[in-house]
Amino acid sequence: MKKFICTLLISMAALSGAHAAGGGIVWDKFPQEKSTDVAALQSGAKTFVNYCLNCHNAAFMRYNRLRDIGLTEAQIKSNLMFATDKVGDTMKVSLDPKDAKDWLAAVPPDLTLIARSRSSSQGSGADYLYTFLRTFYRDETKPTGWNNLAYPNAAMPHVLWQWQGQRTAKFVDEKDPHDEARTIHKFEGFETLTKGTMPQQEFDESIANLVAYLNWMGEPGQGTRTRLGVWVLLFLSVFIVIAWRLNAAFWKDIK
Amino acid sequence: MATFKQAPAGASASQKLMTWVDNRFPATQLYNEHLAEYYAPKNFNFWYFFGALSLLVLVIQIVTGIFLVMHYKPDAALAFASVEYIMRDVPWGWLIRYMHSTGASAFFVVVYLHMFRGMIYGSYRKPRELVWLFGCAIFLCLMAEAFMGYLLPWGQMSYWGAQVIVNLFTAIPFIGPDLSLLIRGDYVVSDATLNRFFSFHVIAVPLVLLGLVVAHIIALHEVGSNNPDGVEIKAKKDAAGRPLDGIPFHPYYTVHDVLGVSVFLLIFSAIVFFAPELGGYFLEFNNFIPADPLKTPLHIAPVWYFTPYYSVLRAITSEMMYVLMAIVVAGAVLAVLKIKMTGLFKAVVLGAAAVVVLLMLSIDAKFWGVVGMGGAVVILFFLPWLDYSEAKSIRYRPDWHKYLYGLFVINFLVLGYLGVQPVSSLGERLSQIGTLIYFGFFLLMPWWSRLGTFKVVPDRVTFAAH
Repeated sequence: MKKFICTLLISMAALSGAHAAGGGIVWDKFPQEKSTDVAALQSGAKTFVNYCLNCHNAAFMRYNRLRDIGLTEAQIKSNLMFATDKVGDTMKVSLDPKDAKDWLAAVPPDLTLIARSRSSSQGSGADYLYTFLRTFYRDETKPTGWNNLAYPNAAMPHVLWQWQGQRTAKFVDEKDPHDEARTIHKFEGFETLTKGTMPQQEFDESIANLVAYLNWMGEPGQGTRTRLGVWVLLFLSVFIVIAWRLNAAFWKDIK
Repeated sequence: MATFKQAPAGASASQKLMTWVDNRFPATQLYNEHLAEYYAPKNFNFWYFFGALSLLVLVIQIVTGIFLVMHYKPDAALAFASVEYIMRDVPWGWLIRYMHSTGASAFFVVVYLHMFRGMIYGSYRKPRELVWLFGCAIFLCLMAEAFMGYLLPWGQMSYWGAQVIVNLFTAIPFIGPDLSLLIRGDYVVSDATLNRFFSFHVIAVPLVLLGLVVAHIIALHEVGSNNPDGVEIKAKKDAAGRPLDGIPFHPYYTVHDVLGVSVFLLIFSAIVFFAPELGGYFLEFNNFIPADPLKTPLHIAPVWYFTPYYSVLRAITSEMMYVLMAIVVAGAVLAVLKIKMTGLFKAVVLGAAAVVVLLMLSIDAKFWGVVGMGGAVVILFFLPWLDYSEAKSIRYRPDWHKYLYGLFVINFLVLGYLGVQPVSSLGERLSQIGTLIYFGFFLLMPWWSRLGTFKVVPDRVTFAAH
């Protein structure tokens, strides 16, 4: 019987991380400590409403929910709301999806749940976004003049290019070690064309803040959830001891 | 009609009340028959928690479901947003929703373990065949319930998962296309589909499910529980007619189940509060993207609890059909040679095999994949009539039977794993072998279950006091 349980457990463990790996590059690790850093979340929110919320919606996110990351309603109203004057409104922009399709070749996806939906076996959605937003490069063959390593042929241009500056990517063609007939277009590094307003480290920091915000926005209640969870597990741990002793007290009569 | 009873003189108010009720409704009788005087074997082990836990999860699903329906909108244009509304704006909505989504997976975990318990201890065998049949019907309902519930969040996986599964029905000859049209209510999965799935998910299937659960328990209490020794405790009774190895369900097993429930809730809560997506297995990442009929995801995988069956479906390719045909022919020839029967019957068997092979040649493999997937579930219903072993419980069967059951479990998990993965040539081969092992286990059971040296089954259950 114990053998069965062991087999079951081992097989379950083998199942974890069973999702298929997609294409693209290896994702950088999003600095996880940012996701609970209120200052980082606020800075990310500022970047978000100023740069992202012009083309993208966050249609399930209400402005006043930003109180959860330590902002007051007055601060939200005076600094972060451009598209509406009602603090209970959701973050919607007045970009017509039809126009968006015409101008940008694709309707920009809603960003409320972007961090949750982009998770995969390659890493968390935050890892993906942290990589995506930092790997734009100049590519004149594309309609926007921009391309991306994490999401090749992305329709989105490099919105924060003034911060990071402009770069090109160097590629070399190599033989596929697994298949002689094929060649791999291998990334060799970036080459700076023009400098941005931020040094690379500061830029990475700002992107990390933005991603922290996107990650938080995917589930604003995640902090409450885990805080409450600790108490629930503590209670149940105590309750298990009580249930165990109670059970033993009843069963001592059974011979 | 039973005669009206009179409360004894000087009875307390509560005694009088119960007498009044009992004269009109068998409350005390029901309480005694199903709890206080329902004698269960005293040697239940770890595996016997999962029946009670299934009931607990059923209650969790119904209660959380009731609250979700208060805020959910079964409308293709509103459904996805209403789920996010529940997650963000409804007080405690996130908790209710995570309990429901985790509960769905937990239901299959406990039910699979509960079924496995029945398999290893022979709980389906005489006189418990109907307990098993009701249980299998519950499992079938549960699958329908889970499948239709999964459409409701209206995310990409909801949509495309439903699309793939409903399209399977088109493979059925003659009626297929019309049948799938009837299921969807449209030519593609759409608002009409969402509405009917909602209706089935919140009322039709749960109603049947509850009825079956009641039947499952009534049948169980009629024949009494089996136990890890597979010994009938009713065979040895004391002077008062109580089984010697039986103990009242209440309080002994209620208090025992409280312990099981508290451990279960610890694990359940750990998932709800700390990993509600469980790495994409309980909530698939793609399902956080609203359904888009114009964008097919690269890789469509059903939720983990369906993947063993999904593997069987994918295993049956046109190439595999030749293997299956060979098996049908070999089976028929073997039956004719080995089993004593009249010449006419032999002709019938060979004729039937020929017809089956002809059908297998003429109908697309996709259809047989559907048959295989359905058959993998339906075959469970026949288990009571496939097992011919001398001993009910695995404890008194030949040791190699244990390895066979171990192989069955590993095979089931491998099939499940392969069902999550995208199609690959190695995966296809493995799932084909897995499918043969799965069906071989059941179809060859009348043969292998008799073989080997069985151990002596004791008269009384084995029990060491705690």
